[in-house]
Amino acid sequence: MNIVVCVKQVPDTWAEKKLSSDDKTVDRESVDGVMNELDEYAVEEALKIKEAQGGEVTVLSMGPEKAVETIRKALSMGADKAVHIVDPGLHGSDALATSYALAKALGTIEHDLVILGVESTDARMSVVPAMLAERLGAAQLTFARKVEVSDGTVKIERLTDSGYDVVEAPTPAVVSVVEKINEPRYPSFKGIMAAKKKPLTTLTLADAGIEADKVGLAGSATEVAEFAPRPPKQAGQIVKDEGDGGTKLAEFLASQKFI
Amino acid sequence: MAEVLVLVEHVDGTPKKVTYELLTLARSLGEPAAVFVGNGYDNAKDKLAEYGATKVYVAGNSELDGYLVAPKAEVLAQVVQQSSPAAVLIPSSPEGKEVAGRLAVKTESGVLTDAVGIEDGFVAKQSIFGGAFNVQSKVSKGTPIITVRPNSTAPEPAPAQPTEEQVSVTLSDAAKKAKVLDRVTEKKGGRPELTEAAIVVSGGRGLGEGSNFELIEKLADSLGAAVGASRAATDAGWYPHTNQVGQTGKTVSPQLYMAIGISGAIQHRAGMQTSKTIVAINKDPEAPIFELVDFGIVGDLFNVVPQLTEEIEKRK
Ligand SMILES: Cc1cc2nc3c(=O)[nH]c(=O)nc-3n(C[C@H](O)[C@H](O)[C@H](O)COP(=O)(O)OP(=O)(O)OC[C@H]3O[C@@H](n4cnc5c(N)ncnc54)[C@H](O)[C@@H]3O)c2cc1C
Ligand SMILES: Nc1ncnc2c1ncn2[C@@H]1O[C@H](COP(=O)(O)O)[C@@H](O)[C@H]1O
Repeated sequence: MNIVVCVKQVPDTWAEKKLSSDDKTVDRESVDGVMNELDEYAVEEALKIKEAQGGEVTVLSMGPEKAVETIRKALSMGADKAVHIVDPGLHGSDALATSYALAKALGTIEHDLVILGVESTDARMSVVPAMLAERLGAAQLTFARKVEVSDGTVKIERLTDSGYDVVEAPTPAVVSVVEKINEPRYPSFKGIMAAKKKPLTTLTLADAGIEADKVGLAGSATEVAEFAPRPPKQAGQIVKDEGDGGTKLAEFLASQKFI
Repeated sequence: MAEVLVLVEHVDGTPKKVTYELLTLARSLGEPAAVFVGNGYDNAKDKLAEYGATKVYVAGNSELDGYLVAPKAEVLAQVVQQSSPAAVLIPSSPEGKEVAGRLAVKTESGVLTDAVGIEDGFVAKQSIFGGAFNVQSKVSKGTPIITVRPNSTAPEPAPAQPTEEQVSVTLSDAAKKAKVLDRVTEKKGGRPELTEAAIVVSGGRGLGEGSNFELIEKLADSLGAAVGASRAATDAGWYPHTNQVGQTGKTVSPQLYMAIGISGAIQHRAGMQTSKTIVAINKDPEAPIFELVDFGIVGDLFNVVPQLTEEIEKRK
């Protein structure tokens, strides 16, 4: 079972995220980058499947030079090798462009399964896994809280609005996982040392056969027209409970016509 | 006027409220046309007319329900090709976003998610980075495909007499790969749907144990509200994960959000920050949730909540 796991570097969850004013893209330079939290679960799940079934885990990431840190982290958790799509022409790619570039790169890596996080914490779109499945013509098995792999079939429990669906498909399949699925491991010291020697291939647009006019700011199908920091919220009223907190709150709710 | 397609989100044919919101929004932008995929159209028919659909595309083939997501995108792609709409509006649920993404690939169009409003020229208003920025985005290629958050528009009836058109689709082999073997419902009945509710009352670790969620439920019932929970509460098994609010739970945007015994971690905020009015009860005056509130009580929830519920019942 050969698995590709897609990881994205995002601004640190706690960092103040900004848009840069010149081209209205996420400012990735001024803040620390970390592996998208939800992709840690994807890496963990890939490693677990590999440990049970054998095969290889390849990390795939598209992003600036700096994203190498995130790729190294996945390698130090235990992935075998990595592919990094990096090219100035990719800056500002939207979901349509990103899924296209990832699909192109996947064409160069042999795989039975692609595992992704369910959402990137910066873009928060939750669309790349479905778009990738569409582009690859592979089965879409997304929002999985449980994954079972046996002889060329994958069965998942997909979280839904009201419970879960049991969904099954043949490989190759595109899987996205939710954070309920496992506990991601921490890289061990040995893992960190070993990661430095693991193969990392860099792909430019040309290497991956990505057409330049379909990616980057110019090749994207969406654009940010305007943005503004949200007007600061007026500080709320905070009251210490002196035995009448519930009544005070009821009065507030009544004044706002909720009761 | 060009059609604005609205994908109907429904349970066995009965449309969810967000469908009416999207039809209302579509009406301000063009000719609202509903697209119904799956079984149970008879349950939707009158309602779609009531909320102003001037046309309904019906793909009622029962085969469509048996596979994950891809069939809906194939139906929509076919309708888009046939009717060249001005835009496609889809509810911003996890599945809705996936349908939108696949449709974008099929039609080589731009997709925008989680819009909280749409203005002339299909400019989508979005709130990003946990509400820190308001953004206006546009689709520059293909047909604008926009997913819209529930509770973004007030649904208004505008009775119409829609023409119906049957859409017959032959699913591609690719769309038939992910087979749905079973659909399991874990939800507790009776209360409004979390993402649709006007009021949401959420409980967190501060409740101490699962049985204390009864306090939250009683308060919620006194207000006709939905019940939410933090991840700490769902992970502990105190409340079903389907009620989790936040980054990896549901995104809610009600008129009133009440956070009780919830600290206000960034991942929790991501799911509730755009609520119109926010109220919190927490015994720790330093809890980050207080940065967001319109009204907060620093106190023990075991004293404040029962008193509040009683006071609400009294005022009814
Ligand atoms: C990848 C990832 C995804 C996540 N997704 C989500 C998500 O979707 N939703 C989510 O909610 N979290 C999510 N989290 C978890 C999040 O980081 C927090 O751990 C979680 O929200 C904390 O829940 P809590 O506020 O209930 O608990 P705590 O942070 O422990 O807060 C409990 C609060 O209750 C107060 N309290 C205690 N006793 C009382 C009392 N008697 N009266 C009044 N107040 C009292 C305390 O002062 C405290 O502020 C995610 C984390 C990760 C890493
Ligand atoms: N640039 C990228 N490189 C690698 N994987 C990505 C990239 N962008 C998104 N993904 C994957 O797609 C998932 C969903 O992202 P999104 O649709 O942006 O919310 C993430 O959790 C990643 O696994």
